[in-house]
Formats: sequence, structure tokens, C-alpha cells
Amino acid sequence: MRNYLFGLLVFFMHAPAQAALNVFACEPEWAALAQELGGEQVRVYSATTGMQDVHHIEARPSLIAKARSADLLVCTGGELETGWLPQVLRQAANPKILPGRPGYFEAVSAVVRLEAPKQLDRADGDVHAGGNPHIQTDPRNIKRVADALFMRLNQLDPSAAPQYEARYKAFTERWQKAIAKWETQAVRLKGVPVIVHHKHFSYLIQWLGMREVGMLEPKPGLEPTPAHLSALLEGLKRQPAKLVLRTTFQDDHAAHWLAERAKIPVVPLPATVGGSEQARDLTSFFDDLIRRLTSEIPG
Amino acid sequence: MLRYTLSACAFAAALHAQPLRAASNQDLDNIRTEIRNMRDAYESRITALEKRLAETESKAQSVETRATEAQILSPPTVASASGFNPAMSLILSGTYANLQRDPDTYQITGFIPSGGEVGPPKRSFSLAESELVMSANIDPYWRGDFTLALDPDNAVAVEEAAIQSLALPKGLTLKAGRFFSGIGYTNEQHAHAWDFVDAPLAQKAFLGKQYSHDGVQLKWLAPTETFLELGVEVGRGHRFPGSERNQNGLGSYAAFAHAGGDVGASHSWRGGLSFLHNRPQAREFKEGEITNSFSGRSGLWLADFVWKWAPEGNARQTNFKFQTEYYRRSERGELTYNTSAPVTDIYRSQQSGGYAQAVYQFQPRWRVGARYDRLEHGSLNLGSAINPANLPVLAAHNPARSTLMLDYSSSEFSRWRLQIARDVSRLGQTDNQLMLQYVMSLGAHGAHKF
Repeated sequence: MRNYLFGLLVFFMHAPAQAALNVFACEPEWAALAQELGGEQVRVYSATTGMQDVHHIEARPSLIAKARSADLLVCTGGELETGWLPQVLRQAANPKILPGRPGYFEAVSAVVRLEAPKQLDRADGDVHAGGNPHIQTDPRNIKRVADALFMRLNQLDPSAAPQYEARYKAFTERWQKAIAKWETQAVRLKGVPVIVHHKHFSYLIQWLGMREVGMLEPKPGLEPTPAHLSALLEGLKRQPAKLVLRTTFQDDHAAHWLAERAKIPVVPLPATVGGSEQARDLTSFFDDLIRRLTSEIPG
Repeated sequence: MLRYTLSACAFAAALHAQPLRAASNQDLDNIRTEIRNMRDAYESRITALEKRLAETESKAQSVETRATEAQILSPPTVASASGFNPAMSLILSGTYANLQRDPDTYQITGFIPSGGEVGPPKRSFSLAESELVMSANIDPYWRGDFTLALDPDNAVAVEEAAIQSLALPKGLTLKAGRFFSGIGYTNEQHAHAWDFVDAPLAQKAFLGKQYSHDGVQLKWLAPTETFLELGVEVGRGHRFPGSERNQNGLGSYAAFAHAGGDVGASHSWRGGLSFLHNRPQAREFKEGEITNSFSGRSGLWLADFVWKWAPEGNARQTNFKFQTEYYRRSERGELTYNTSAPVTDIYRSQQSGGYAQAVYQFQPRWRVGARYDRLEHGSLNLGSAINPANLPVLAAHNPARSTLMLDYSSSEFSRWRLQIARDVSRLGQTDNQLMLQYVMSLGAHGAHKF
């Protein structure tokens, strides 16, 4: 009740204030985070949904139109959006959100990336120079990005600093508690060997102490081939896995082919907010991840 | 160390006590207590010191860890000039063609030849254009793009070399140099991004395959929810349908408007209307051994529409693309027949054409496509001084072509394509074509347009 009253008070105090900051988020997780931290001070647009593969997006007219009026661009970076974002930025004619300006925010700059390649060669598939850019499946990364994004919001819109501060504090507190809860729930996942479709879940696997023992794609970004799947199945005899992890938007043929023969379950996981019906915001996204994983590994 | 000192002190004290044998037990006890007190005091001080030492050590360690973390977060930048090198990419492409008709006799009957490379590739194996692309930001205000096309006959052509503004306000973008005009839809795309081996017939007939300006382009993106872009271009107008004029001022101008948006998560579209004006002077074309030329005004209207579908906007598995363009050109001026023994009279034409195509990705890596091209000869009036029988290339003919293609992409950087076509560009002659093509890109990851 008190929260509502406070919210109402804040609303009336700041309703006539200046227009909200337009945030163009490349991915739904950053849209959700910007909304958490920005509240009513921001108007957030997400360029992609949880059901899309962010590697393969086209520089659609709608994205260009949205980027035109953005004050802040919040993207994963690290070459994840390299197939479309440069084109959107080139056509959007909005100097505020170009790389290097305060309106350009790359989430990867706040975290330590895994799996940085020792050499750069397209023969190794779709590798990214700075390492794996799918950082959003570790909630501790979300916290790190939140720290950096909070500072950026303050820099861009100092007039709303008290509101950002309050939201940031509330979010951090809630988030730390949630992380502790998820870690407790996921204790039994420690050491569980898994097969992944694409390297979407490396950070999740590292966070929960699971072990990745194989990948359906022969090389990152290349579609699974029958030869590779057969070799993988053969390898499972020596090095068994308990689960096959794929994102909800990926084709399930390859995963099912392997899972049926290896007699292990396929777990479709949301890759981000909106990737499943349950993953409506950041908290429920991780709730859903943990729930889907633990329900396949009896305690 | 301190401990030894302490023991030594105690020993010295004991030695010192030797001559005092006679001293009372009371005194000895006092001394013992004093020594014990001293030892306790020293020991507590030692423990405190040790504790502080340990604390300092652990602090130093954590600072070190943080320093390493910071290093990971911001990898050391390589201090070399090559860090500023432009992004480079190279397109490699080649074809194998089986053509029923001799490609050297190719013409689009009924339409003034554009002089561009519009014919099919050579029979058997041939190398297509190799494209070398370089681009980088120049400074915070400008960016530069450069595309060099290397012909299989070892000819080199500057396809695009343009600078583009980065920091103009109000949604404005300025481009200058040589660049593909923003009119229509496919004209601005490089050949390697096309969905078929060759360009649409209408683009070949009306724009000489692809129209580029040596000039300036100004674009404005409206601050609206729906994508709306307006642009104007001015240039020397030296390319077909214009010609080299050797005059000051503007040889050509173009204007275009594009709009686009999404319908739900699965559909998106873009449509546009463009106009291109040229003032060719002595624009030459050959009819056998005879050279003819046209001078006058050429106006081209162009309407384009593209619609794309992907389930939930996820194009990875399946997607569909429909695109169509319609061209309408009117030219008025004078035609000179045989420039070595010139006969000149009025030339007026009103011609049109277009195409519609659909490409469907039915599973990852695989796509099928179909295209239908058609040109309308329309009205073409020649002054009475010129005998139409001398100009068979302008004979009344409505060229048409039907094309089917199947392509396979082993990754997003490589594509193999099989294409069959039934081409009736020439009057009364059908050319059945079969082509195999590869298009590969290496180097920097290019970001493609919609």
C-alpha cells in the first residue's frame, strides 16, 4: 500500500516533467533491464523478440524508423548484431546513438566474456573476436550490466538521478535475493553434463556449474549436419550427457534426432525474455530457466 | 624474529638474576611476573602485527585480482597504425552457363540499347565480377565506402566510391562521390545480394543494369513511427539513360520516397516511388556496324514494393520474400541515324516494363525462387526522315523472361545457385538458359539492407 502511495506521489511530482528518454534495445533482455532501471523516465522499444535469432535480423524499415528518434541504444555488442545494426545505424541518421557516443551502450563492455577465440578464422564458424556474446543467461552478468546502465542513464538524464537511484537500489536488492534463491534451487544441476544446440547457454552452464560436453552445430552458426550428429552420438557412449539444451526458437529436428537415440530429454529453454510464455520479464525468465532445467533432473 | 628477541631478553634476565641468589623468593616471583607480563605484551603486539600484515597481504591480492579483471574488461589496445585500417571484404563469384543462343547476339529488341553489360554470361565457365569493398569511418563526421569491381577481362571499374555524413542533425544524410542511385529497390543492391544470377530485364533495359551517379545525394528520414524516407540526387548524368555531355551544371537528377513498416511480428514491407531525369546528348548505340545516337530528355518513373514474411520474425528456418518493380520511361528528342552519314529526326517513346519475383526458404540453407519479367514496347515514334526498317533493334516487340532458381548456402557467407530461364528478349528467338553460380564473401561481415 505504501509502495502504491509512494508511486502515486512520484507520478504526480514528475508527470509534467520533460519527455522520457527513448531507448532502442537490440534485445528483449536489455529492454527489460532498461525498463526496470528507467521506469517512467524511459520509453523502451525492443528491436527483436525472444523468438528471434539475433544473429539473423534484417535492417527492416521499422527498425530504422525507431532508431531515428532514439536517445539511447542498448545492445549486447561484441559483434552479436553485426549483420544488421551497422546498417540500421547508417540509415537512421541519428548521431546520438553512434558507437563512441554516450547514447551507444554495449552490454558486453560490463562483463568478462567466455570462449574468446585464440585465432580468428571463418573456418571456425561464426566466431566473435571478443568471445561469446550470449551473456544474458547468467544473472550476475545482468547485475553487472545494470551497474553500467545505471551510470549511463544518470549521465544522459541527470535530472532524473534520484529516481534512477531509487530504482537501481530496489532492483539490485531484489536481484541479489533472487540470485541466491536460484542458486539454491539449482544446486542439483551442478556437474550435470549437457549437449547444447548453439553456444547460447555457456554463461548459464558456467554459472550453475553444469558441464557442456557437445554441440549440435558442427561449428558455431552452422546448421547441424547428419555426419556431425552421428559423431556426437558416438561420442556420447564414452562421455554421456543428461540433457540436450536448445532455444525455443531453434529447429528441434536435430535435437530430437540425437535425444531419441541417446535416450535423454530435450529441454527447450528461452534464450531471453519473451522466449517462452512464462519468461515475461527478467525475473520470470530465470525462474523459467531454472524450473525447466530442474524438472528434468530429479532432486 | 620478535619471538627470539623476547626469549633472549628472558634469558638475559635469568642470567642477570644469577648473582642475586640470596634475593628473596618474593623478588624472584616479582621478576617472573614482570617477564611474563613483558612476554604477554610482546606477544599480543606480535599477533596484532601479524594480523595487520595478513590483512595488507590479502588487500594487495584483491587489488591485484581487480587489476587483472580490469585488464580482461579492457583488453590492451594495439598501438599500431593498422588498427585504423578500413574494414575489407572481397566477393568472389563465378558461373557456368549453357545457353541456347549466342550471348554475343543478345539484345532487348524494341528498346534502345543501353550499352551496359546486360547480356548473359559467356558460355561454359566464366568468372563473374570480383568485388573488393573497403569502408571505414573517416572522422566523427564522415564515413567512406569504396567498391572496386574487377572484371574477368582484367578491367577494373570503380563501382562505388562515396563519402557519407554521420553527424548531420534532423535525420539528414549527405552522400557524395560515385554511388548507386537510391531509386527503386534492386538498383541500390550490389550484384552479390541479388536473388537471381542476373538483373531484372527492366533494370537492364531502362538503367543499363545498374544506375550510379557521380554526384550528391541528400536523404531525409522522417521522425515518424512508420519508416518514411525522402531523397534527392543530382549528378553529371553520364551513365545510361544519360550520356557524357561536357557541360557545366547538372546532367541528371533523381528523387525518391520510400515508406515501410511491420505488420505484426511476422510481416514487413517497403514500398517506394522514384523519378530519374536525364538529358543525354549524342547517346550512342550500335546497330550492327552503324552507330546511331539520341539527344533529348529521358524521364523514368519507378514504383517498387517488397514484402517479407518470417514466422514470428525468425527468418532462420523458413522465410518468404516477394518483390516487384514497375518502370515507365518516356524519351523525347532527336535520333540521328548513322553518325558517319547522319540523318536526324524526331524520336519519341513511351515504354514500360517490370517484374515480379518470389523467393522461399523452405528449410535452413535452401531456397527456391521464381521470377517473371515483361517489357511493353509501348509507343515509339520516329520522324519520317528515318526508315524504321534500318533500325531492327527498335522493332515492335514485348520481351519477356521466366526464371526459376534453387540456391544452397553452406553458411551465410557462401551460396551456390542453379538457375534456369526461358528468355525471349530477342524478337522471335527463345533462349533457354541454364546457369550455375557461386557467390562467396570473405573478410569483414557485411550488413545487408532490407
